[in-house]
Amino acid sequence: MRITVNVNGEDHTREVEPRHLLVRFLRDDLDLTGTHWGCDTSNCGTCVVLMDGEPVKSCTVLAVMAAGHEIRTVEGLAGTAGGDQLDPVQQGFIEEHGLQCGFCTPGMMLTGRALLDRNPDPSEQEIREAISGQLCRCTGYLNIVRSIQWAAKKQAESAAAATAAPTAAPAATLAGGQS
Amino acid sequence: MQVPASFDYQRAQSVDEALELLRRHGEEARVVAGGHSLLPMMKLRLAGPELLVDINELHELDYIEVVGDELRVGALTRHRALLESELVGRHFPIVHDAEKVIADPPVRNRGTIGGSLCQADPSEDLSAVCGALHARTVIRGAAGERIVPMADFHRGPYETAVGVGEMLVEVRIPVRPGAGSAYEKVERKAGDWAVAAAGVALTLREGRIADAGVGLAAVGAGALELPAVQDLLDGREPSEALYEEAGRLASEHCSPVTDSRGSAEYKRHLAGELTRRALRRAVARAGAAVEREA
Amino acid sequence: MTTVDEPSAPPEEQPGAPSAAPPGEQPGERTGERSDERPIGFGRMKRKEDPRFVRGKGRYVDDVKLPGMLHGAVLRSPFAHARIVSVDTSAAEAHPKVKAVITGETLAGLGLAWMPTLSMDTQAVLATDKARFQGQEVAFVVAEDHYAARDAIELIDVEYEPLDPVVDARHALDPDAPVIRDDLEGRTDNHIFEWEAGDKAATDEVFARADVVVEQTMLYPRVHPAPLETCGCVASMDPVDGKLTLYATTQAPHAHRTLYALVAGLPEHKIRVVAPDIGGGFGNKVGIYPGYVCAIVGSIVTGRPVKWMEDRSENLMSTSFARDYHMTGEIAATRDGRILGVRVKVLADHGAFNSTAQPTKYPAGFFHIFTGSYDIEAAHCEVTGVYTNKAPGGVAYACSFRVTEAVYLIERMVDCLAAELGADPAELRMRNLLRPEQFPYENKTGWTYDSGDYPACLRKALDLAGYEELRKEQSEKRARGQLMGIGLSFFTETVGAGPRKHMDILGLGMADGCELRVHPTGKAVVRLSVQTQGQGHETTFAQIVAEELGIPPEDIDVVHGDTDQTPFGLGTYGSRSTPVSGAAAAVVARKVRDKARIIAGAMLEVSPDDLEWTKGRWSVKGDPAMTTTIQEIALAAHGALELPEGVEGHLEATTVYNPPNLTYPFGAYVCVVDVDPGTGVVKVRRFVAVDDCGTRINPMIIEGQVHGGLADGVGMALMEIIGFDEDGNCLSGSFMDYLLPTALEVPAWELDHTVTPSPHHPIGAKGIGESATVGSPPAVVNAVLDAIGVRHADMPLTPGRVWQALNQGGVEAPQ
Repeated sequence: MRITVNVNGEDHTREVEPRHLLVRFLRDDLDLTGTHWGCDTSNCGTCVVLMDGEPVKSCTVLAVMAAGHEIRTVEGLAGTAGGDQLDPVQQGFIEEHGLQCGFCTPGMMLTGRALLDRNPDPSEQEIREAISGQLCRCTGYLNIVRSIQWAAKKQAESAAAATAAPTAAPAATLAGGQS
Repeated sequence: MQVPASFDYQRAQSVDEALELLRRHGEEARVVAGGHSLLPMMKLRLAGPELLVDINELHELDYIEVVGDELRVGALTRHRALLESELVGRHFPIVHDAEKVIADPPVRNRGTIGGSLCQADPSEDLSAVCGALHARTVIRGAAGERIVPMADFHRGPYETAVGVGEMLVEVRIPVRPGAGSAYEKVERKAGDWAVAAAGVALTLREGRIADAGVGLAAVGAGALELPAVQDLLDGREPSEALYEEAGRLASEHCSPVTDSRGSAEYKRHLAGELTRRALRRAVARAGAAVEREA
Repeated sequence: MTTVDEPSAPPEEQPGAPSAAPPGEQPGERTGERSDERPIGFGRMKRKEDPRFVRGKGRYVDDVKLPGMLHGAVLRSPFAHARIVSVDTSAAEAHPKVKAVITGETLAGLGLAWMPTLSMDTQAVLATDKARFQGQEVAFVVAEDHYAARDAIELIDVEYEPLDPVVDARHALDPDAPVIRDDLEGRTDNHIFEWEAGDKAATDEVFARADVVVEQTMLYPRVHPAPLETCGCVASMDPVDGKLTLYATTQAPHAHRTLYALVAGLPEHKIRVVAPDIGGGFGNKVGIYPGYVCAIVGSIVTGRPVKWMEDRSENLMSTSFARDYHMTGEIAATRDGRILGVRVKVLADHGAFNSTAQPTKYPAGFFHIFTGSYDIEAAHCEVTGVYTNKAPGGVAYACSFRVTEAVYLIERMVDCLAAELGADPAELRMRNLLRPEQFPYENKTGWTYDSGDYPACLRKALDLAGYEELRKEQSEKRARGQLMGIGLSFFTETVGAGPRKHMDILGLGMADGCELRVHPTGKAVVRLSVQTQGQGHETTFAQIVAEELGIPPEDIDVVHGDTDQTPFGLGTYGSRSTPVSGAAAAVVARKVRDKARIIAGAMLEVSPDDLEWTKGRWSVKGDPAMTTTIQEIALAAHGALELPEGVEGHLEATTVYNPPNLTYPFGAYVCVVDVDPGTGVVKVRRFVAVDDCGTRINPMIIEGQVHGGLADGVGMALMEIIGFDEDGNCLSGSFMDYLLPTALEVPAWELDHTVTPSPHHPIGAKGIGESATVGSPPAVVNAVLDAIGVRHADMPLTPGRVWQALNQGGVEAPQ
């Protein structure tokens, strides 16, 4: 079947078998190997990507089912704020040692991103619940929780700075007008 | 990684088209929505349908609304939508109780109420919830719609009343004043299937229990509704002694088996213990509803 | 979480240490642990490897894509024990996308049907005569794509004649038990080995005069490391120059290279093993699995690269499990609580092939450190190893060569003794702990513990937990019918294998090489034999070299995971990276520093003896203005400067580090649980861990290692088990049944530490990779049993098993 899937803001058209799994489509056909897989029963959550903004397990979505939908992978996390800048969630994982082997990390970060998009100030329990469909064998989860908390705080600070900046700007304009 | 055998795929654009595809391909066609039960089975090559009919774009089956004295839930309604629905939470806290412990967040983003009920897994939570709520299912086929009570929907493990060329399209739950409900589940870890679970729904009328529904999960087939317990409860004033008796009856009216989740004896105990706990919470919630509605 | 700043004490300088720290440098002045600056040396530092991982640019084996690459899949036995009557591959071969079908018979023709294991046994690559466990490899298909390979294995028709299996190790030696290894000549039973340690007579003597003897049988169930990345490889045999490149999930690339040379008869210089990023190992990726060999053969047969990646079921059902120790412990003590002796009998289930990875002389690994952290008079253990119709393995899952089993045994036995005596478990431990002045301490089974202040560590953990208040809370809750439990564990590890005269694997001594080269501009590259699987070697090894040379870690590239680019060594497991390779990195850096001193002397026109080292520079004693930096020295070493006679140019060194002893990290753990009496559900409310791993290189990474191990411990104690039914069918072949804890089952860990450096390690570091996995399971189990007032119940303490123990006072060993 010929399908077009929007991945990280770009349409990709490929000929695929109906049985092609989304995770393999991303990895094999688009060379987006940042999305990993770790089981066959949709338990481990290593393969989590965002589908229309929400976390889904891409080992349990057929590529044909994703046709016409928007998929976001780890490769699409950086740069949304312009340039090549890391998303606050990515930065949080570095700052708080939220990863060790790095295998579950893309899925964890995408879930963190989706959570903060809906709930900018989640509690520790809300973060734990949000990532409870994803396994990590290295970190014992605490530093993943802290990484997402770091990102939440960072975003709040940036937002505060952004709201402060526009008020400064009109003031300057006003001052300029008076002179 | 495990991958399914080859199959054909059709994305249905309307319910009628889906029904036509299902009719034409008979037993060899399967409906796919969330896919979280079906696709792993296909990867294990325990299921090998020739055609998958994808109903994910049938948005007309994705709704939660109150019509008259019924809550109507479209079959394509995702678990997450149920969990986040204020309407559902207000009338049926049992659904929120259950949804919080069904699978995990990414799975709940995809999985649907229709898929859960149609999988007919005796360990599945929403079936017990719908059983306790005396829900009715709406099954559509070429000849039109028929309504099947939850008690008759499951014909056995992994077998439902949905025939060839038919689809489950809606679930209807009666909305009643003074209602309370609760779901209690024991699982070995978050996201696990139930070791055992109990759902209770009831109303309080002048201090007495009415419309009682009790449904159990993971303790053998045929426990989605327990008429014996329901009969015990109806018309009685809530009391700890009554809960004890209800729990005892519940544990008698189930047929758990020993497996890696626990021994039959333990599950039987849980059937009683969780029924008591759910009953207690359901009564408390019904009491609060009575006050709120007064 | 609590972290406490505490300057690390200077490592004692021992004559045995390869190189003493230069005078003037106080390790206590090393970068403070809370610093978020960029330390030139030890201290908290963000990981160098993280930028690529957070961008999804890690490169794991399954990310490797080579031109013309084919895909392999393994057909496995559905039976635990069955004779193979026939294998019909014709339908699979007729599949249009299939390039090769390999069977045991094909391999037998090449002499490759069997391969040596890491325990000097043999293991079938593809079964020729019998299948000996469910999931054993029977055939291998190579096809154009992954889907076709998986389709084609369904087309292979194997006729089996099922045989009675041996599932329960306790019946493996029954006279009428089926003989599993009839492939071994003269074999008439399922016995693998007998092994003992300690002094039997002395132990019997202390037991005879003890006031109290407590006996307890316990099973440490079979569990699985289950790294999120399964095992796999891409084999690429160049048909022209005969060179094999193998990208593989391996924790020990060099050991694998040598083994492939032995297995396949390939010349070792024509084998290159590349371990790219590894998605977790935990011991699962130490051994060589049949799939790797099949992929190599597939590449030889087809002349094209072949990728093979296990699925999760294959990983759980066929690759190296851990534990499966049936243990009967006895502990002898005086009435007033002085432990006199410990006696243990173990039945070790090794599965169908004895493929455990451990030093040759130690068939039970380092289990004989079961005397734990206590000052006891005598100890003795006997271990019997048996074959069963289950997957082979046994040493994995961050076990430090079975220290996990040893710590579990002694820490359970001490709690059993406390129950018998009516003593407080904390007091009983405190009373019997080794005292600081006893180090170095020779225990009764042959280990020499290097250093430690155990009472201080336990005291710190009890204080952090608020032990007294917890006991008060517990008794108040008990009065209200609520079940709360407090569990302790004090563990001593023995890691960093090991001295080569005692320790080898398949004859390969357990010493590790290291190479360091400083480039003309003062940037450096250090090459390691060990292999990170997430431990952060690219950061910590740069920090070790930085500490020794004063070159910033950012300027040091750490190369590992490619046998063509790195020196020989046995790899990363048993917490050996820091104790062995970390020492090698320090030693090689000191060699470079010594050479730099000579060159600096030439540059400053003084005798090298007149120079003194401060981090990053050599200066003339008494004249600090006369100084030159390591970077300037590097340039001079490559430049036109006339060097003293006998001094070669450039600035580089190599070393092979042969550890003089193992290192002995230790720790005290306190776990607090609440148990729902009506359901048996356990909630781990708190977990306090005070670890001592000697000198702390990067506290952030150390804490991460501990966090992960604690989660493992909660998992093993409460939910993990590879179970079997009576026919030998594996009941835990997916993550639906092999349960791993999520973020909701584990608490916010509370950490602290003490620091007693290892006296014989160049930088005093002891290793931390496995401490928490080793130390935490008994703390959790002790807590649950404390809550329910039952002396013993085997793991995993699932709700059903806890409820059963609570209501029946005990629970059967799981299968």
